[in-house]
Amino acid sequence: MKSFKEYIAYPYGLWMLIFIAVPLLVVIWFSFLSNPDFKAGIYTFTLENYQQFMDPVYLELLYRSFLYAVIATLICFLIAYPLGNLIVSLPGHRQNMMIVLMIIPMWVNFLLRTYAWMVLLSGSGLISQFFRLLGFRDVSLLYTQSAVILGMVYNFFPYMLLPIYTSLKKIDPDLLRAATDLGANHFQMFLKIKIPLSLPGIVSGCMMVFMPAVSTFVISNLLGGGKYMLIGNLIEQQFLTLNNWNFGSAISMVLMTIIFLVLGIARLITGKELDTGGQLL
Amino acid sequence: MKKIVLIFVLLCLPFLAGGCGSDDRAELTVYNWGDYMDPEVIAQFEEEYNCRVNYETFTSNEDMYVKVKNSSDTYDVLVPSDYMIERLIQEEMLRPITKDNIPNLANIDASAQNLAFDPGNQYSVPYFYGVLGIVYNTAQVTDPVDSWNLLWNDKYASKILMYDSIRDSMGVSLKRLGFSMNETSEANINAARDALIAQKPLVMAYVTDNVKSLMASGDAAMAVVYSGDAAIIMSETDSLDFAVPKEGSNAFYDNFVIPKNAKNPELAEQFINFMLTPEIAAKNIEYVGYSSPNAPALALLDASWSENAGFNISKEDLARSEIFKDLPNDVMEIYNRAWTEINVSK
Repeated sequence: MKSFKEYIAYPYGLWMLIFIAVPLLVVIWFSFLSNPDFKAGIYTFTLENYQQFMDPVYLELLYRSFLYAVIATLICFLIAYPLGNLIVSLPGHRQNMMIVLMIIPMWVNFLLRTYAWMVLLSGSGLISQFFRLLGFRDVSLLYTQSAVILGMVYNFFPYMLLPIYTSLKKIDPDLLRAATDLGANHFQMFLKIKIPLSLPGIVSGCMMVFMPAVSTFVISNLLGGGKYMLIGNLIEQQFLTLNNWNFGSAISMVLMTIIFLVLGIARLITGKELDTGGQLL
Repeated sequence: MKKIVLIFVLLCLPFLAGGCGSDDRAELTVYNWGDYMDPEVIAQFEEEYNCRVNYETFTSNEDMYVKVKNSSDTYDVLVPSDYMIERLIQEEMLRPITKDNIPNLANIDASAQNLAFDPGNQYSVPYFYGVLGIVYNTAQVTDPVDSWNLLWNDKYASKILMYDSIRDSMGVSLKRLGFSMNETSEANINAARDALIAQKPLVMAYVTDNVKSLMASGDAAMAVVYSGDAAIIMSETDSLDFAVPKEGSNAFYDNFVIPKNAKNPELAEQFINFMLTPEIAAKNIEYVGYSSPNAPALALLDASWSENAGFNISKEDLARSEIFKDLPNDVMEIYNRAWTEINVSK
């Protein structure tokens, strides 16, 4: 007889099937069709949607999306890692307060936060006014590449901080003390003890930032002013404006495959240590 | 336990009551551009005709087409533009209008009727029209605003707003080079594309609805906008003016149509007729800002409207402008590709 626990997992399995597996299969199916006429029942299978994507124009777009996402992930990491260390070194109740403070902005709607940045960065906004006070002339921050990357860093930062914080918190302080005791200097301790032990947190943090950043279309649209198209915008455009769902599906599949590859590489890096906590994958 | 059941029933009651109340009224589903009808007018129609209007909005003809074509929702009234009406007629998605049911058609000026996209107005009833042009800040722009070339002037680098729409931005570039807005030659489309790629470093942003705040704050010096949007921006901010370049532009006509599968076509015709009554049309003009072919409604407007360059489009500007045609799919693919290349370029 199966245990109760196994039975309560069924609704979840069904949910996954209906809302994840089936739509995914539809997208895969769509990506191999050319101008299907569903009413007439005409489906022609083709690879031309994927061939179309091999065009240099689209490949450059893919490259740009990855570049932006990697830069945003790196910046997030460079801020989150020292900050995580700082938070871990605080007394317990302060740690919780800091984490809550980091999460509070996420209670505000994502779009609203991005619109707020548009106001802040615009020529008549607070930040530009400040630079003007310092003597800079005509600073325009909105609608630049930096604004797009800033938007990514700002919006996805908590996803980097939380796993890093958890994995740092799990490191036994005795290990660090032992390392110093055995003659390791600060740098060696950091490189040989801290980094390897928090690696699962770092990797899952990077994934959690990289994945939404590489596929975003809202941030590039609002903060980039339509000048810095990313792969997410291309997919949105195929579905909503150009009515080419088949090409849109093919792009989605390419993006998904690449993300899976990246995930696989991340798994190779961390190996079995993925089970040791801090990971959110 | 009884208490819980009671609370549950009490919580459900409002939904039941709401359900009954709306069921005995007829329903009309309207799909219109965003900010393109005064909500008060819709409420007035609901009251006078004892019905409920489901009002939904879209941001582009293409978005509307995709939704109407693919969604299982049915609509009773749509407000597409000229070239989209042409496509809907060709795909036999529209229902002919019974003109006897719309006596207020008499209010509509002849110049907005019997146009190429719907000869004899069999399927569509004129609502608003407008022209694409340049709205500019008179304090910042010192050159005469009479040509699309102004958008390529590096004096105004990072102060130029383009319109984030394929046909409109490509159309501006085509017209500047002396081609048609409805160009079908690949070489000419690519020439227009190259010009837009060359222009990109001067462009502040490609926008749709953000124009208003960027022009009002003075962050941008000029923007490609449709006349009615310019009229609204100008009515709220001084030192802005509007001009239609001499090379010609795009003129559009947004008309009411009724889809073939409409659930309530009689009510839809009553709705259209209601929107054409002078008082109602005047209210919509004041809310929307676009030029109206409704002559009796124009007489009801405040004098300031006739001085607004975005509202009062000259006959010459209209005559110089082309109406979009629905281009065949293989030509649209050239446009789409060109647009993607512009978007991707640095």
